[in-house]
Amino acid sequence: MELIEKANEEAIRRMLGAEPVLIDVVPAGEIVPDLQDKMILHAGPPLEWDRMCGPMQGAIAGITVFEGWASDLEQAVDMASSGDIAFDANHHHDAVGPMTGMTTVSQPVMVVENKIIGNRAYCAINEGLGKVMRFGGNDEEVLNRLAWIRDVLGPAMGKALKDMGGIELKPLIARGLSMGDEMHQRNVACSGLVLRAIASAMARTSDDTTALSESLAFISANDQFHLNITMAMGKAIMDPVRNIEGSSIVTAMSRNGTDFGIRVSGTGDEWFTAPVEMPEGLYFAGYSEADANPDMGDSTIVETIGLGGFAMGASPAVAGFVGAGAASEAANYTYRMGEICAAENPEWTIPSLDYLGVPTGIDIRLVVDSGIAPTINTGIAHREPGIGQVGAGVVRAPMACFEQAVRRLAANLGLS
Amino acid sequence: MEVTLNIVFQGFYKDSVALMRLSRDLAALDGVNEAGLMMGSPSNKQILKDAGLLADEGAAAEGGDLILAIRANDSAAAQKAAETIEPQIKSQTRSADGDTEWRPQTIRAAAKANPGANLALISVPGEFAAAEARKAISRGLNVMMFSDNVSIEDEISLKIQAREEGVLMMGPDCGTAILDGVPLAFANQVKRGDIGIVGASGTGIQEVTSLISNNGRGVSHAIGVGGRDLKDEIGGVSTLMGIDRLDADTATKHIILISKPPGEKVLPRIMDRIAQSAKPFTVCFIGATDLELPTNATAARTLKDAAQAALGGGEFEQSESVGTSLPESRKGIRGLYSGGTLAAESQLILLDAGLPVASNAAVPGAVGLSENNEAHQIIDLGDDQYTQGRPHPMIDPEIRHEPLADAMADSTIGVILIDIVIGYGAHPDPAGQLVTMLDDLRGENGPAIIASVTGTELDPQVRSSQIKALEAADIHVAESNADAALAALRLLGVNS
Repeated sequence: MELIEKANEEAIRRMLGAEPVLIDVVPAGEIVPDLQDKMILHAGPPLEWDRMCGPMQGAIAGITVFEGWASDLEQAVDMASSGDIAFDANHHHDAVGPMTGMTTVSQPVMVVENKIIGNRAYCAINEGLGKVMRFGGNDEEVLNRLAWIRDVLGPAMGKALKDMGGIELKPLIARGLSMGDEMHQRNVACSGLVLRAIASAMARTSDDTTALSESLAFISANDQFHLNITMAMGKAIMDPVRNIEGSSIVTAMSRNGTDFGIRVSGTGDEWFTAPVEMPEGLYFAGYSEADANPDMGDSTIVETIGLGGFAMGASPAVAGFVGAGAASEAANYTYRMGEICAAENPEWTIPSLDYLGVPTGIDIRLVVDSGIAPTINTGIAHREPGIGQVGAGVVRAPMACFEQAVRRLAANLGLS
Repeated sequence: MEVTLNIVFQGFYKDSVALMRLSRDLAALDGVNEAGLMMGSPSNKQILKDAGLLADEGAAAEGGDLILAIRANDSAAAQKAAETIEPQIKSQTRSADGDTEWRPQTIRAAAKANPGANLALISVPGEFAAAEARKAISRGLNVMMFSDNVSIEDEISLKIQAREEGVLMMGPDCGTAILDGVPLAFANQVKRGDIGIVGASGTGIQEVTSLISNNGRGVSHAIGVGGRDLKDEIGGVSTLMGIDRLDADTATKHIILISKPPGEKVLPRIMDRIAQSAKPFTVCFIGATDLELPTNATAARTLKDAAQAALGGGEFEQSESVGTSLPESRKGIRGLYSGGTLAAESQLILLDAGLPVASNAAVPGAVGLSENNEAHQIIDLGDDQYTQGRPHPMIDPEIRHEPLADAMADSTIGVILIDIVIGYGAHPDPAGQLVTMLDDLRGENGPAIIASVTGTELDPQVRSSQIKALEAADIHVAESNADAALAALRLLGVNS
């Protein structure tokens, strides 16, 4: 017990002590460790092609064409299903990606460095809403947008960030919370804050006003632009928390549309998986639950650091996705998540909850003991490949993951 | 024929989450096949178009306009749906579901939210109760465990853990306590005073504390320990700690112990502990005989005796005799009790008068219900056989209905004894409930009904109101449970 408490104190110290800074945008092939040609990193714990859900397969087909490994989607599917393409989890390469979470060599990734340790984490640039690759979209419009991000936006952001010396993310998140973002389903404030921070540097480092204008317009039009930055930040914060002997703090939660997986500090890099659940939520016009794909994406790293569903109290507008939408109901989500967390974050506070710090450090013991599963805010993809986002809502992390992890941790400590 | 209706609200903004919720409500209306409410941005119009929801009006909308789009079976249905949803679109009122107050779901969170709290009341199914109690104890909280069906092994280990932590483990199966004037679980609002109680019996504590309060004195603390505490397996751990607490408490001048007779090995330990104290004790081990007590302790045969002894030994005011007479053929007493210790007290009084007694919870000297058909029957309706799958009779007095009907129909029964227990946790109007029940059961020349009301004027049900309701229904109300049994004896011409 004492060992666990001490280990968890250390885990919390590392989480709260992190100093994440967005420093650069670089093609993934140049910076993501062990990422090779004809290799696709995806969201969630690792899985084989045959077990992948529709949107995941759709995104893989699309990105295979985008990378030029196949000339069309049909050929791409052949390659993917016959072993010509290597798959691995983003999390195994210091990276994360929302929904399908495609990361491949030519895509630009945002680089967040945790200055206190020096570790880095990577995430691709958010493509916007609707029919996009992260939700399984893969047509020409989707691929053209990715090409523009690769050729125009990514390099422009990279130049600007290097020129301005990066953007410190901890204070930016703190302000975003006070402006009604919970950083998973609602990123409108943080997206605006990032645009404000980067705009002049982008202008200063640009010699193409059309490209500059397009880039600024793209960021301005995307309320979820900051999600991918939040995610890279989350990964940069949590990676140094891995492998503390005895710690029962969750270091990653992630889903691939088939399995939900968690990793726990005291059990190293092992994934504890269980079938993903279906989100509950609201749907865009023309779609319903029948169209929904099960839960997907690395974006649960956001909840792992105390944001998203854990910070719902900061964002009453988002609580509407799950029911009443009363502000008190939003606050209850945050209080409830406080029951399964080891600490509160004194820097990330929620003004309307008397500056309560967001619940920080999910303790698997508290999850299993209380029966309270982490609540995750999420987008909902169409179950078929190629269609995209159809709604948004809330989903619970499966309890079985935490039960397995508790047993393993106990075994590691010689307690079982 | 299916129609698509678009209505554009120019320059009307509403948050997208609110619109998605309204869309869901709209799509659920009669005759509506598909619906959408979106601001008129190009991407939203595309979504509406893909869903077959965009008509010319909507297509002409600007980004700041709200588009209401409906595809319905016919234009009447579409119009009706639009009219239904429009007030909600324009409504400025807050969510109808209203505020919900957060309540902690774990002991950890509750303790964090109430840093001054020093007691956890645990009332979860027995299989989970011990684990919750361990958490509370290791946080330094005293525990009152209402839950039953906890194993003897768990009870022992919890009580030992509590002793090590220096906190009280009250229970399992502890129904009653009053700490610092706060009634917990099934307890009465009694006056505060200098008499402390340690009791293994819930209704025993209720009767004694109420009698003390109703007769002009008050209670410092009443500590429940659970029915098994004085068994040899448990060793009286909580009783001894309870005595320690009351002995050290300067506000407590007199200590009453209430329990069934302790186990052989425990008894001397309790006696030794009493002997170490400078305070006077009253010991009421219901059914025990020939107790050898230290000089600072006196024995009480009944709960009423215990209360009287603690108040200095004088007799409480006696109830008047029942003002009716019974035909010769009606000689039997039938007790229908919700309180187990109250049933035990009545058995003792009948036995002391030389009557044969049978009970499903027989005290020493009484027999089991099936063993003697001639005996007077005192039934504990709180026993498991009656409460299987339903609430305790103190919560749901309806359990009394069937045995009451049987007794009313039995021409040999002269008196029916009934305990009405009020206070927190109990039925909001047990007297009224009994009166209603009797309305259908009473005939000419039936048995007399004698009751007592355990509780005080300060209880939510108000003792005098309960008495008034019973008396109005021609039920004789005695001053105490013991007095009710004594009144039954007098009515039957038995010398007590």
